[in-house]
Amino acid sequence: MIPESFNYHCPATIEEAIALASDHGDEAKYMSGGHSLIPMMKLRFATPAHVIDISRLEGLSYIKEEDGLLKIGGLTTEADLEYSELLAKKYPILIDVAKLIADPSVRNKATLGGNLAHGDSANDQPAVMLALRATIVATGPEGTGQASIDDFFHGFYMTALGPQDILTEIQIPVAGKGTGSAYHKIERKAGDYAASGVAVNLQIDGSGTCKEIGIGLTNVNPVPLRAQRSEDHLKGKKLTGDLILEAAKMAAEDCSPSADLRGSEAYKRSITRELTVRMINKALERAKANL
Amino acid sequence: MKKQITITINGEAFTREVESRLLLVHFIRDELGLTGTHIGCDTSNCGACTILIDGMSVKSCTTFAVQADGCEITTIEGVAQNGQFHALQEGFKEEHGLQCGFCTPGMIMRSIDMLNKNTNPTEEEIRWGISGNLCRCTGYVNIVKAIQYAAKKMAEPQETAEA
Ligand SMILES: Cc1cc2nc3c(=O)[nH]c(=O)nc-3n(C[C@H](O)[C@H](O)[C@H](O)COP(=O)(O)OP(=O)(O)OC[C@H]3O[C@@H](n4cnc5c(N)ncnc54)[C@H](O)[C@@H]3O)c2cc1C
Ligand code: FES
Ligand code: FES
Repeated sequence: MIPESFNYHCPATIEEAIALASDHGDEAKYMSGGHSLIPMMKLRFATPAHVIDISRLEGLSYIKEEDGLLKIGGLTTEADLEYSELLAKKYPILIDVAKLIADPSVRNKATLGGNLAHGDSANDQPAVMLALRATIVATGPEGTGQASIDDFFHGFYMTALGPQDILTEIQIPVAGKGTGSAYHKIERKAGDYAASGVAVNLQIDGSGTCKEIGIGLTNVNPVPLRAQRSEDHLKGKKLTGDLILEAAKMAAEDCSPSADLRGSEAYKRSITRELTVRMINKALERAKANL
Repeated sequence: MKKQITITINGEAFTREVESRLLLVHFIRDELGLTGTHIGCDTSNCGACTILIDGMSVKSCTTFAVQADGCEITTIEGVAQNGQFHALQEGFKEEHGLQCGFCTPGMIMRSIDMLNKNTNPTEEEIRWGISGNLCRCTGYVNIVKAIQYAAKKMAEPQETAEA
């Protein structure tokens, strides 16, 4: 499969990249890892006349804690996440998810920024970022701005990013004492997109009361979905088995999966329920070890 | 639409004018005639086209040649050194890790990156490590053994070459 012809640009600075994107308007597309864009170009679903390769921009690949935030650069690859000691110690959900995305060779190229900017609810990182209550930072022709993850996903392949905006950083509140998180998805084979995936991040206090909880769902809704009713049901309470099951049933009711080769609607709802139970329990276990 | 690029492949630098849309796997196979890198699926699923770019395994059917400008690439042709098989090549031979051999170059390139990151992987880690590389013949059992053979061999102290 051969993509349509295009002009390739490889700017050295973010200013240059934005200027190129502004010059070429609708005809231009940024590319970072290229592992969503290139397959679409090969199928000619995407036919940009100008491809602006931002993968060599300096200083956009990092994982660090600073000013009460975990900050991850937009060009950080899934492989960087997978091998990060800081994440393994304090943010295990990001290791869980990285290991489940595609396969190791794809993860060497695919970036976290690209995974979110693609705006596809089949991708795994959107649900994880919903659970972690991330903030997305981007730079465009008008300067730098931020969006809460809740305002980020607008529709299929549509996000809050303008066509000339570059996603530069993901910010996540630093994991405090009593925080635990977990992600898992059911896939037909290793590296497949999810039939359903559930991300949970929660914080408990010494008495076991749930102080904070975020639950995000993968690929069971047209846009990445926060299981809001489930979160509300658990926040401020001691997490018992009954309560967790009730919250999981709400998540299964509130999503709207479509039947496809990965399963029927009923099947996807049922695994969403089961995964929600398991991920809350796993996050809880991790939170208790962290009190 | 054409762009001049310089890519070092297996230690030798090649400068060529290429179309931006030329896939790296076509550059390697058709421009340079290095046909050890295979095309299985052309959709980034099978891993037959796996090569190393700056030491990292990458699927060359999902990379444009222009993206590799200035990079160092290793293909299966560059893996043996001084007429000596790489430990992974030896492992695939000794443990019967191949039947038709179509997947083997990709398996070996992927495994080089895996063993660089994890010198002593468990069987489970090996299986996840090659999860983006499909083999239609072997059933994977001997591929896993071949990689274990290589990991063991690479961990041994290097024998000094005879004079
Ligand atoms: C075989 C295969 C299996 C996969 N399986 C999974 C999976 O299981 N789960 C999963 O989550 N993903 C999966 N992916 C997708 C993979 O993770 C993508 O690479 C990723 O979603 C996009 O990241 P990228 O850096 O490759 O982005 P690109 O392909 O370069 O770009 C994707 C889109 O985002 C835009 N973009 C990229 N970076 C930025 C930025 N910094 N700022 C603004 N816009 C930007 C581009 O313009 C483009 O529209 C798979 C991909 C392949 C090829
Ligand atoms: S040919 Fe590249 S992954 Fe199959
Ligand atoms: S040996 Fe035939 S595909 Fe692997």
